[in-house]
Amino acid sequence: MNTQLPRIVITGVGLASPNADNLSSYREKLLKGISEIQEIDLRYFGKAPAGICSFNETKYRKKKENKRGTRAGCLGVYCANEALADADLSIEHYGASRVGVYVGLTEHGTVETENEVYNISQYGHNVDYWTHHHNPRTVLNNPAGEIKMNLGITGPHYAIGAACAAGNASLIQGVQMIRLGEVDMALAGGVSESTGSFGIFASFQAQGALGSADDPRKACRPFDTSRNGIVVSEGACIYVLERLESALERGATIYAEIAGYAINSDARDYVLPFYERQAECMELALERAGLAPDDIDILNTHATGTKQGDIEECKAIQKVFGKKNKPYINNTKSIIGHAMGAAGVLELAGNLLAFEDNMVHPSINCDDLDPECTLNNMVFDTPVKLDSVNTILNNSFGMVGINSVIIIKKVSAP
Amino acid sequence: MTRDSIKNLILEIIEDIDEDADFDTLQSDQPLRDQLDLDSMDFLDIVMELRKRHKLQIPEEDYPELATLDSCVNYLEPLLVNV
Repeated sequence: MNTQLPRIVITGVGLASPNADNLSSYREKLLKGISEIQEIDLRYFGKAPAGICSFNETKYRKKKENKRGTRAGCLGVYCANEALADADLSIEHYGASRVGVYVGLTEHGTVETENEVYNISQYGHNVDYWTHHHNPRTVLNNPAGEIKMNLGITGPHYAIGAACAAGNASLIQGVQMIRLGEVDMALAGGVSESTGSFGIFASFQAQGALGSADDPRKACRPFDTSRNGIVVSEGACIYVLERLESALERGATIYAEIAGYAINSDARDYVLPFYERQAECMELALERAGLAPDDIDILNTHATGTKQGDIEECKAIQKVFGKKNKPYINNTKSIIGHAMGAAGVLELAGNLLAFEDNMVHPSINCDDLDPECTLNNMVFDTPVKLDSVNTILNNSFGMVGINSVIIIKKVSAP
Repeated sequence: MTRDSIKNLILEIIEDIDEDADFDTLQSDQPLRDQLDLDSMDFLDIVMELRKRHKLQIPEEDYPELATLDSCVNYLEPLLVNV
């Protein structure tokens, strides 16, 4: 990374995950491997395991606003406010026009469209009954826009669409916009309301990629020979990003520095991942961070629990890191499911506190490790305590062949 | 439908939109928008609900008739006479 560029740090985190509504309880649950994946019943589709978030939906806006807006907006508004509170910042600190809101989405509008088609089906498919809320709810800047309206932010707000790499991509966007001087502070992260869409479950099912198990908490089984697909979760995670010097100046608590990142594309297939490009993406992020593979302490995998996806990622990791004693490798989806557009940022958040507690949270649900997914230092079931954790690499890949990697490092007290 | 029933229908629809709406001090001859947390999108919700509940197609030029609770009742009374 060009050392002339401003150093960007994370100073606040707000999250809603299927097992927690704040960073510390989320960390506690991940260290204990506590999954709260449950069975839900979807219109037309029926029952499926899914991750549903429980949080105080009216903590930062009225029920009326939640009813008018979207679930993604509701999740986003909660997390953005929590992130600001965590950072001990008000919008006025930098000024409303100097704050940018960048929200990663795998998809948006599917839930609202399905609901509306169902609604008019009750009226003979007469489109006179189609709601005027449809367009403002389904524009892609909706979740970022709901955050912006709630907080009175007048700087830029928009969505980053990058399939399941979108959370990481938005974090990268936030870093870039601060470095360019477009904004002084970013609220960046990802949101997913996909559990409200029967079509998303049905599509994964048709693809043979929807995870299942008698116990929904065991439905997401990355690296296990019996794995049979993805568990769809809703969720959100928003970070406060600032320049390092501005954060130090105001005495902020600094979680981590975004040390390196990369995004690239497979350019081959709609759904199948490709380890060579994934490996190139990790290598590019390492190069930009000025780090060698040996420097990474924890690698948080993207692995979703699909047959081929997990194998491809393990091949990519093997190619970049070889058979060495570092990094330690874990997986957050095994515990919280796949939060789609929020996945990358939620999973990064799940590892962020390793800089404080030096622990590697475990992956769960792998009783019979697939030989094709075998890597050194995979952490299963029980957390591992390291002497120190200074760097974390987070993988996040998506459909239509998009790969993203973020590397964060610990910022020592000056 | 009686005038009271129409008034209750409108209040019920508004309560569906905003369950925190406070009707205690509502003056029926004053604009609803000035007294409640309602905007143009909410008025479209009222129009939609009347369509769903009573198959009423209210033309856009008549929307100002829904400004106050009294004007709502005056406007809707002949339309809901057989309900």
